[in-house]
Amino acid sequence: MSNQFSDRSRVVKIIFLVVGVLFIVRLAILQLFNPEYKEKAIMQSLRNVTQYPARGFIYDRHGELLVHNEAVYDLMVIPRMVKDLDTGYFCHCLNISREEFDEHMEKARKYSPYSASIFMKQISKEEYAKFENKMYRFKGFYISQRTLRIYDRPIAAQVLGYVGEVDQGDLDRDHYYKRGDYIGKSGLEKSYEEVLRGTKGQKIMHVDVHNREIGPYRNGELDTMPIEGCNLYTTLDANLQAYAEELMANKRGCVVALEPSTGEVLAMVSAPTYDPNLLVGRIRGKNYLMLNGDLAKPMLNRALMGQYPPGSIFKVAQSMVALDLGVISPETGFACDKSLVGCHNHPSARSVREAIKMSCNPYFYQVYRRVIQQGKYKNIYKDSQYGLTVWRNYMLRFGFGQKLDIDLPKSGLSTGNIPDTAYYNRWYGRERWAFSTIYSNSIGQGEVTVVPIQMANLAAIVANRGYYITPHVVRFYGPDSIRNDKYLERHETGIKKEYFDIAADGMFDVVHVPGGTARRARVDGLDICGKTGTAENYGNDHSVFICFAPKNDPKIALAVYVENAQGGGGTWAAPIAGLIIEKYLNGEVKRKDVEKMYKEINPCQKLPLTRRVKKQRKR
Amino acid sequence: MYQEKPKYDWLTIGLYIFIMLFGWLNIYAAGYDEEHAAVFDFSVQHGKQIIWIAIAALLAIIILYTEPRVFSNTAYAIYGIVMVLLVVTLFIATVTKGGKSWIDFGSFKFQPSEFAKFATALAVSKYLSAIGVDLKVMRTKVVTVALIAIPAALIFLQHDTGSALVFLGFVLPLYREGLSGNILVIGVSAIVLFVLALLVNKFILLGILVTLALLYLFVWLNKRTRNDYLHTLIVVASCALFVFSVDFVFNSILEPHQRERIDVLLGKTEDLQGSGYNVNQSKIAIGSGGIIGKGFLNGTLTKADFVPEQETDFIFCTVGEEWGFFGCTLLIVLYVILLQRLIVMAERQRSSFARVYGYSVASILFIHLFVNVGMVLGLVPVIGIPLPFFSYGGSSLLAFTILLFIFIRQDASKNQLL
Repeated sequence: MSNQFSDRSRVVKIIFLVVGVLFIVRLAILQLFNPEYKEKAIMQSLRNVTQYPARGFIYDRHGELLVHNEAVYDLMVIPRMVKDLDTGYFCHCLNISREEFDEHMEKARKYSPYSASIFMKQISKEEYAKFENKMYRFKGFYISQRTLRIYDRPIAAQVLGYVGEVDQGDLDRDHYYKRGDYIGKSGLEKSYEEVLRGTKGQKIMHVDVHNREIGPYRNGELDTMPIEGCNLYTTLDANLQAYAEELMANKRGCVVALEPSTGEVLAMVSAPTYDPNLLVGRIRGKNYLMLNGDLAKPMLNRALMGQYPPGSIFKVAQSMVALDLGVISPETGFACDKSLVGCHNHPSARSVREAIKMSCNPYFYQVYRRVIQQGKYKNIYKDSQYGLTVWRNYMLRFGFGQKLDIDLPKSGLSTGNIPDTAYYNRWYGRERWAFSTIYSNSIGQGEVTVVPIQMANLAAIVANRGYYITPHVVRFYGPDSIRNDKYLERHETGIKKEYFDIAADGMFDVVHVPGGTARRARVDGLDICGKTGTAENYGNDHSVFICFAPKNDPKIALAVYVENAQGGGGTWAAPIAGLIIEKYLNGEVKRKDVEKMYKEINPCQKLPLTRRVKKQRKR
Repeated sequence: MYQEKPKYDWLTIGLYIFIMLFGWLNIYAAGYDEEHAAVFDFSVQHGKQIIWIAIAALLAIIILYTEPRVFSNTAYAIYGIVMVLLVVTLFIATVTKGGKSWIDFGSFKFQPSEFAKFATALAVSKYLSAIGVDLKVMRTKVVTVALIAIPAALIFLQHDTGSALVFLGFVLPLYREGLSGNILVIGVSAIVLFVLALLVNKFILLGILVTLALLYLFVWLNKRTRNDYLHTLIVVASCALFVFSVDFVFNSILEPHQRERIDVLLGKTEDLQGSGYNVNQSKIAIGSGGIIGKGFLNGTLTKADFVPEQETDFIFCTVGEEWGFFGCTLLIVLYVILLQRLIVMAERQRSSFARVYGYSVASILFIHLFVNVGMVLGLVPVIGIPLPFFSYGGSSLLAFTILLFIFIRQDASKNQLL
């Protein structure tokens, strides 16, 4: 039955037809005339797989391996592909509980049921060996290999540094890194990060519908190979480093040993120290918290970060400045007038050489006065300002008051303090200070602070009779033995060699002549030249000793700093330095009893090393 | 009473079976992985769909063996029951994908809104076929619109905007039964103006409208009466009002996700990770199919779960990727043939109940096809409604089967004396 509106059916039919045609046209546009979608589809079924390069090894100066890599295994899982798993047996093989299994599995499933995520991190080679041949029974699991740093000997922790996962700052700064990558966090691992890390490679893989890799894309022609990291050949002497660390056990302080002629760091000890292997692998997080929370600050490299009053070792530099300025002559003598500044009992020094030997405080008070108040201006304030500026310029040439350009992270480096006029103007007011205000600097107290590496450098300057080469830890790196030119450059103090000969003579007397302050550093058959220091501070005095040997053609220059040691530089630092030099120059230490004593004794037994005591002391 | 052997329209039944089985193949492909390759794995969707197909077949046979009068006699009762169900759903529904349209029956879920479509079709047909009912009368218009608007509003309250929009399809049967054709013109114009208002500066748009009006008045018309001026003025004024209310509707009435979907469609934003993700992925999947497709079970994007809702609302992607341009065109041609056939069948009915019902069936199927395929192809904003007989889902398959087979049954006995 049709009615008056039956011709409207045509309109409806046309509407249906038009929509059908519209769809087919649209389909033709999408499927026939638009290759863009095909490419996008291909891109979606490709996956970039990063190829990690091996990190460079680190060797000592004799080619002994200090750091290498060891394979560890991450157990990966693709949750959707796990099937017919004998969970009990699996847990048994991995040595985990059922609860842990469920927890790991849930985490992985949450991340994605289709793509791989880490089920268990950093399984050691030994653990992996136990279930390697059973892997075929665990469908959906596979092993991904990566490497961990292994420190062959538990030494030089603060110098070598450690490696850790990148943080947000690293990611923002350098787009090379992706989340989860590893980066050097301190020490050489950080300062040579770009050398050690190599270059990541990339494989482009076809993935199937389950995101499984099924083969290389375009036969791998777009892939890049990873480039291995460069090896570092350091200047450290592993045996000397280990020996120095043994001597510094139970103490706080540091040792820096340099080869004066090259500026190479032979040993750099910061005590207390730790085994660098503690900051590797699964145990890292826990140990990091422990070390970081330790009040003795084992992760701090005192040799570079510590800013200490130098004490009497500073007198060596002071006398060189005064001689070069001509305000004293080598034969100038001053009476030991204890009313100026306290001193120990000894005859008055009749020359610079004797003054160094006896470490006479009033003598260097006079020396420093002549440096600061040279009489160029009538106004003593202006005169002191002038003198201080002249003196400071000398000090900078000794490497004091600035960051030595060592090849360790700049952030872990202190400048020390050589005050300038602005410093005192700020403190006392313009023209409100003169020599009498600042005389403590003369004997290495007062406002002056020095970093241990700078102290060792001072010993090297005297050993070289007037110049230094910036201390450095890496001799060369990579297959092409790349050296840094800045570590070949001589930094001259501009002071005559003869004056340094006088300093060397004085330092020889310190160790060898009756009345010298460091007789305990003496080693039969070695002409060690040294200078003691006893730096006053709030706790017990710090014990300091710098030295070099042999006197002519020095092979080693050394600074030893023992914090809060009872007794002066002669009591603690000097004998330790003597043992280190004996070890280095003779190859072995004959004085076993002395060695044993200094290894075992804790010079700061009164000093709290634990949190509990520290708290009490604060009250 | 004279009883004739029913003559079933086998072309329609054949198209139905073909589309349904082709749909199942694509559901199987979309969820395919080696673990669940077994056809009769009832834990996954393609396995469940087999059960639904079996039930649908059973229902179809039952309907074909039922007296055709039963449906017209119980039309209001069915309508009433479904309306009650829709109200009940509002209170006991479990929230699924942001909507409250599903009732949980243990392991199966049931969506009453799917069944509201054929119930409403029955009720509207029944009402319009009553003697003395004329769509020119205001009362008839009001009742008819109410019959359609009640389920639409209830479904809208369930946050199932897509299913509610389906009820706009009833415009076609009403048009056929005498509603002014202007309704279609106004509807299309409104959509065009809405889109233009979002894309083009409103004052430029208004300028164009005024220019068109002037051209119509002074170029097209030879003689102008006073009424011509008046009508043109009214049209232009309402257009202007509409254009300037678009912003309000768009920003204040639409939900944020709906706004985003429209923006994505119009190319105003390209949020490929967020609201634009589905459509972008779906276009990539379809586009990558090319002329002949990647072949059955060889679609890579289909299986890597790049396209969400792959088995249900976005099932057409799988066709596009695996069967290519040929497969898609075939499917669309089959749907268009089915729709044309339904109109032909509706026109040959002797009872106006069957005719109105036939138009309703065709229109409901058409709206689904238009919105679903249009959405997948990026021509219509994302509105989640299934592709009839094709998408995964028990409620929709059963409801569409009932909808279609009631009409096939009516048609089979069209020559029976009333």
